[in-house]
Amino acid sequence: MSWVNAIIQGILIGGLYALFACGLSLMFGVMKVINLAHGDLAVVAAYVALGVVGITHVPTVWSFILVVPLFAGLGYVLQRSLIQAALRRSILTTLLVTFGLSVVIENGLLQFTSANSHSLDIGSLVSDSFSIGSQITIAYLLLAIFIVAVAVLLGLQYFLSSTRQGRLIRAVADDREAAQLSGADYRHVFGIAAAIAFGTVALAGLAFGMYSSFDPTIGTDQLLLFAFEAVVIGGLGSLWGTLAGGILLGVVQQLAAQVNAADQILAGQLAFLVILVVMPQGLTGQRRTA
Amino acid sequence: MSPAGALLEVRDLTVHHGQLRALSGVSLSVFPGDVYAIIGANGAGKSTLLRAIAGLHQPTSGSILLDGADVARVRPERRVAAGIVMVPEGRRLFPSLTVEENLLVGQSHARPGPWDIERIYELFGWLRDRRSQLAAQLSGGEQQAVAIGRALVANPRVLLLDELSLGLAPVVVRRIYETLPEFLASGITVLLVEQDVSQALRVAARIHCLLEGRTTLAGRPAELSPERIEDAYFGLASPDSGAPEPERTGS
Repeated sequence: MSWVNAIIQGILIGGLYALFACGLSLMFGVMKVINLAHGDLAVVAAYVALGVVGITHVPTVWSFILVVPLFAGLGYVLQRSLIQAALRRSILTTLLVTFGLSVVIENGLLQFTSANSHSLDIGSLVSDSFSIGSQITIAYLLLAIFIVAVAVLLGLQYFLSSTRQGRLIRAVADDREAAQLSGADYRHVFGIAAAIAFGTVALAGLAFGMYSSFDPTIGTDQLLLFAFEAVVIGGLGSLWGTLAGGILLGVVQQLAAQVNAADQILAGQLAFLVILVVMPQGLTGQRRTA
Repeated sequence: MSPAGALLEVRDLTVHHGQLRALSGVSLSVFPGDVYAIIGANGAGKSTLLRAIAGLHQPTSGSILLDGADVARVRPERRVAAGIVMVPEGRRLFPSLTVEENLLVGQSHARPGPWDIERIYELFGWLRDRRSQLAAQLSGGEQQAVAIGRALVANPRVLLLDELSLGLAPVVVRRIYETLPEFLASGITVLLVEQDVSQALRVAARIHCLLEGRTTLAGRPAELSPERIEDAYFGLASPDSGAPEPERTGS
């Protein structure tokens, strides 16, 4: 039964990975930008939430009301300025710029917050759980994060497939110039996509901060890597593929942890490499839905 | 020269592709309600001219006036709002969007006017049944029809058609050109680039021949003898066509 429990835990944590990954996938799918600062942004969001809670004393779980719009706005501004300027030069320049951004963020955090790890205090919710049978224990927090992740992906799917702005995002992703000829300013559309990506990664950062402890370097050391793996396992550009990728990664990690806790990250990475060799298009193939 | 009543006027337009001078001092006046055809051999600068009017190429010098206002420095998406809409070469539909979504994107920044998606479905009757198919699954001719529809729903004043016939069977091309009178009747002015000269002569009220980026001939098809058109097309400059020597910068 402990294996079943491990699988359930893996599925739930996979939701968090998918939440991390969907913004990365969106930015790559729409503007072909691989945002190497993606993981760091999640960590910054968690620190900002720490500050917001410290100043306003609102309950930690409500900090997202402020942090998510803040990051969405930051995403729009950063896309329209720095990233757009890099894009004008070449796709490779965007790699350098986002890598630089990542270095700046990490060192800035080390400078201002020290290397100590923190976590977002949510009281007893962090350990509250319910049991199914004797072996399966499900933490309310992890279940809540999973539900939020699925809700965000559903919302994003609806937005992309059924709204005017979502349609423009897909059109720009298909053919930037043809979208211009239909009157769409692709730079604005890019900004919207970046706003969504930053908003979702901020939400993921908050969820991670409540679930686990974080420090200035964990963004690149772990989060970016997990997000990448979830995206690649799932298949680039597919939201449901990203969820599947996140879940597969989570399950493999949790199963490996059953054998030896120290091997869980290694096992995730091995699974990622195996998928890359066996199914280079990822679980959902090449067809893009986003 | 500033002809009164011109809807679109290109004045002394020069466009470079890097070192290569693709257009040198081309001027052109387009009057409302007419069909203009730009003809010329491969590499004559026809598509460059159209793309510069749509805003996809920045001119080195010269101006592009729409109703007397210079739009040469205006971004392409803003020109759509002003009424210049292009059907690009190779159709360029959004492949992962459905037919209807392609039309909806075309409509998303539309000017007010007579064209909407319903009217496109009336113009191309078969399209309605295939509205939820992905654009990538259509044949070339069907894609061309959707591309025209996507431009029409923006309610252009000037519609730029770049190489409609490229890669399509003659019968399909003819069927597409048969729809031309219908959108002219709605008040749209058409400026088209056509590789197939006889097709261009059939539909155009005026033709404009380019050779290596320069105008070699302009006028009404009825007033031009096939020989003059041929000379202008191939650069066998006859004295009265006044074609200057082609010129390149750089190399």
